[in-house]
Amino acid sequence: MDLFVTLMAAIFVNNFIFSKFLGLCPFLGVSKKVETAAGMGVAVIFVIALASAATWLVYNFVLVPMDLAYLYNIAFILIIATLVQFVEMFIKKSSPSLYQALGVYLPLITTNCAVLGVAVNNMEANYGFIKSIVNGVGAALGFALAIILFAGVRERLEKCAIPKPFQGFPITLITAGLMSIAFLGFSGML
Amino acid sequence: MNPIKIIKNGIIDENPTFVQVIGMCPTLAVTSSAVNGIGMGLSTAAVLTCSNFVISLIRKVIPDSVRIPCYIVVIASFVTIVQMLLKGFVPALNDSLGVYIPLIVVNCLILARAEAYAGKNPPIASLFDGIGMGLGFTLALTVLGAVREFLGNGSIFGFAILPEASKTLLMILPPGAFFTLAFLMVLVNLAKNRKQEVGK
Repeated sequence: MDLFVTLMAAIFVNNFIFSKFLGLCPFLGVSKKVETAAGMGVAVIFVIALASAATWLVYNFVLVPMDLAYLYNIAFILIIATLVQFVEMFIKKSSPSLYQALGVYLPLITTNCAVLGVAVNNMEANYGFIKSIVNGVGAALGFALAIILFAGVRERLEKCAIPKPFQGFPITLITAGLMSIAFLGFSGML
Repeated sequence: MNPIKIIKNGIIDENPTFVQVIGMCPTLAVTSSAVNGIGMGLSTAAVLTCSNFVISLIRKVIPDSVRIPCYIVVIASFVTIVQMLLKGFVPALNDSLGVYIPLIVVNCLILARAEAYAGKNPPIASLFDGIGMGLGFTLALTVLGAVREFLGNGSIFGFAILPEASKTLLMILPPGAFFTLAFLMVLVNLAKNRKQEVGK
């Protein structure tokens, strides 16, 4: 039950995009089409699940026993970069079709602050191993949900007549703001 | 090399927030007050200036294929230093910026400047580029924070200005960040259009 609450809280209440502002660059960058947004979402879920497990293990079994906890930031970012590289090679070898679908988004995930955000969040909240992974997957599902919904709205926005100064980023941000209001509705839930 | 020109380029012509639109996460996340905006902006500027300088110094030693991991390690080291300094000297600010301080590592602005400028230019020019871009970022965050604080909390830099009744709580909640940045960008666009028309 506790894990279920953690999962729901991570997906809806503390949605990474709309309440914590993590992972905004890919959110604004690759949300022009539902298809690519879904690809990005899947890639992020995959990487965050692995990264929360790997950073938890390294933090609790390497950094803490060696009194190096203050180096967590450098360690985490290196783990994530290595992991993304490894996942890329693995998928390329084992499932070329998935590799094609994810395309350029896979390497870009290294600089997605959602991944490092989850790792730091798990560490600061002192979550256990399973809870860290559940929290990570929940956050990633929330990210995927947000980016896919947002891409759907943006596809329709293409066909609208938008005043010139609002074209491009401003209207995108306003759309995101409106969706963020919708997500505020979840805030009293848990 | 003209330091003033490089700095002006970072603050106005290529402002990271309003023109290049990078480094969005901290921009939107911490600007619920002007003080937070300045704090985040200056921390990022400090990291950016130092990392630009060091990366430029070692740019000829690093093999091309592993440059990104090297850049990230340099950046992460400076972020750790900044985080320790903040914790030691301004703990209140450190608490209110929270997780976004370690996340300076993945601020695309810093890696983008390392890749686009510091990796190709001499150290002193890179240093000024870091200062300029950092100040441009700080300026944007401060303006954003001030507007949101004024509308949402009726104060600027903590000094109450508006009466209690005219506060709009929404502006300091997450949606307010999106709206404020959107409208500031509209203003920038309008100013740009006018400049172009005058230019004709």
